[in-house]
Amino acid sequence: MRILKMQSKFLDVFLESLEKFGVLYGPIKKNSVLTYEKVDHIKDLELWGEHPMIPLKKMFHPKQFDMFRFDKDGITPDYSTIEKRVVLGVHPCDIHGILRLDDLFLEEPQDPYYAQARKNTAIIGFSCLPTENSFCKSTDTDIVEEGFDLFFVKLKDIFLVWVGSSMGYDMIYEREEYFDDDVSHEDIMEYIEWRNKRDEMFRTDFPFRNMPDIMELSHESEVWRYFADKCLSCGQCTMVCPTCNCFNVVDVFDVTNEAAGRRTRTWDSCMFVDYSLVAGGHNFRGDREDRLKLWYTHKLKSYGDEYGKPGCIGCGRCVDTCPVDINVLTVSKALIAGEVPKE
Amino acid sequence: MTVTEQIDNPYLPEPARIVRHFDMIDDHRFFWIRHRDEERAMSFKYKPGQFIMLSLPGVGESPFSISSTPSRPGILELGIRKTGKLTDVLFQKKDNDLIYIRGPYGNGFQINQMKGKDILIVAGGLGVIPLRSILYYVLDNRDQFGRLYFMYGARSPSEFLFANEFFQLKDREDIECFYTVDQDSTGDWTEYVGVVTRLFENLPKLEAKNVNAVVCGPPIMYKFVINELLELKIPKNQIQMTLERRMKCGIGKCGHCVHDHIYTCIDGPVFNYFQVTQFKELI
Repeated sequence: MRILKMQSKFLDVFLESLEKFGVLYGPIKKNSVLTYEKVDHIKDLELWGEHPMIPLKKMFHPKQFDMFRFDKDGITPDYSTIEKRVVLGVHPCDIHGILRLDDLFLEEPQDPYYAQARKNTAIIGFSCLPTENSFCKSTDTDIVEEGFDLFFVKLKDIFLVWVGSSMGYDMIYEREEYFDDDVSHEDIMEYIEWRNKRDEMFRTDFPFRNMPDIMELSHESEVWRYFADKCLSCGQCTMVCPTCNCFNVVDVFDVTNEAAGRRTRTWDSCMFVDYSLVAGGHNFRGDREDRLKLWYTHKLKSYGDEYGKPGCIGCGRCVDTCPVDINVLTVSKALIAGEVPKE
Repeated sequence: MTVTEQIDNPYLPEPARIVRHFDMIDDHRFFWIRHRDEERAMSFKYKPGQFIMLSLPGVGESPFSISSTPSRPGILELGIRKTGKLTDVLFQKKDNDLIYIRGPYGNGFQINQMKGKDILIVAGGLGVIPLRSILYYVLDNRDQFGRLYFMYGARSPSEFLFANEFFQLKDREDIECFYTVDQDSTGDWTEYVGVVTRLFENLPKLEAKNVNAVVCGPPIMYKFVINELLELKIPKNQIQMTLERRMKCGIGKCGHCVHDHIYTCIDGPVFNYFQVTQFKELI
């Protein structure tokens, strides 16, 4: 892969120049929550700190959108949310999250909404440092080798810039004067030093390798009952998880017209009590314990069976978010210990 | 942005008509459905055991088993119980009214594995609706299969579906039918009384390895029927069952029907019993 360097001072003006390739999005504080939003001013971007609360998936698998319009003449797909976009400041874990969702949504038959959004969106990755709860080194998702158009690693005075796609080349080509092919030995040493320092900053390390077997063997563990008794079924873990894909589909009539309306798609959560409820009232997962098992099976086991890697990408959002301390780490630790956590 | 390229949209339903309908029993209606486009109606290929998603714009979309057999193309038959928002509105529809369907979805029964074998069909309650598809498929291609046994249990004579059709089958020499109801308060019931598992005692001696069983019924029924089939020593992978789950997409994207890494909508809804034992909570 081609790697260039850029002086730090050119960053803002370069990012601004990317408008040519699509509407700019990036991490911006909104009501004191960091979230991927449309960028009005490059200065609003918060590129180097914590990760946005809601992961990158919202750009490709929106919280809510219209799939179809319908009226007396029929049903028509609605692709109005599809636009040319450039998302700035995406951290490696979020890129890995999208690559996981690709496995599902781009598998034939492709989800056309996701596929179109992916096709029309450029991803500009940025390096980051571990937050208090991130454990992406343990999930092998702290580095990305694909899934971006450009990737910026921030060193002291320069950026090292990985070019990951043909469009990435075009972006560089537009502002060639900012980039330099001449990566010196000193730059390389500084990069190595940065990586070592970053590796040492992780406060959480966890061996996920054995989790598929442990999940399989722990189906009857008392640990599940313990967590089920605490769980609020609020679904926040699923909303903030970069690899949660479940959705519900609901038809809505227009207020002014009783024959016309739209078929909308919204995020759903396997934590919700009606997630597996069928007509006639039978609920295949009426028990919270079964719903928790499903989620953790998806994150720690089955995704690995299906796609060869776990569903968890180590961002730590479930650790940050769950109000009652149920997350990939607490659950995995309890299962490995084979006993409920001590309060 | 205006999208100009042609995009395949697997969620896009196709227009179809209710050709005819009749009430089978209270709140259970039988529908003949045909794609509005004649060519599509004739080219629509499916397998017994598959399902479609049926849409009423403004109300929603749900999965329904196909009850007809692909050996009689052109019309799709559905047997539907009125039990929710979508079916409430569907039951208000008249013949020739427009509805929307998409599919077919799911794997369907493993017919190749059944060919040349003796076939044992065990249905409970509404479970007879998807099994009716394989029943007629076997009857329509009778020489491809061995002996055929059809067991069907309903709660009471008034809940016995397809009574006319199924009693007519009793006249045939190439199928043995065993019908039962849990309880009979009418006194007119001429068949067996009791749960469906008690019908097994009527079976002649079978060569277990040469039997392929298909089962569908309420969740509670599976355990008891499976026990009977295992008692007969039918190999686990020659027992097929079709399962129900909540579904919003039919194509393995929405997540609702997932079990471990399998999706009921694409890897099922037909599973053999060996597969079922590999996944906790499947039945």
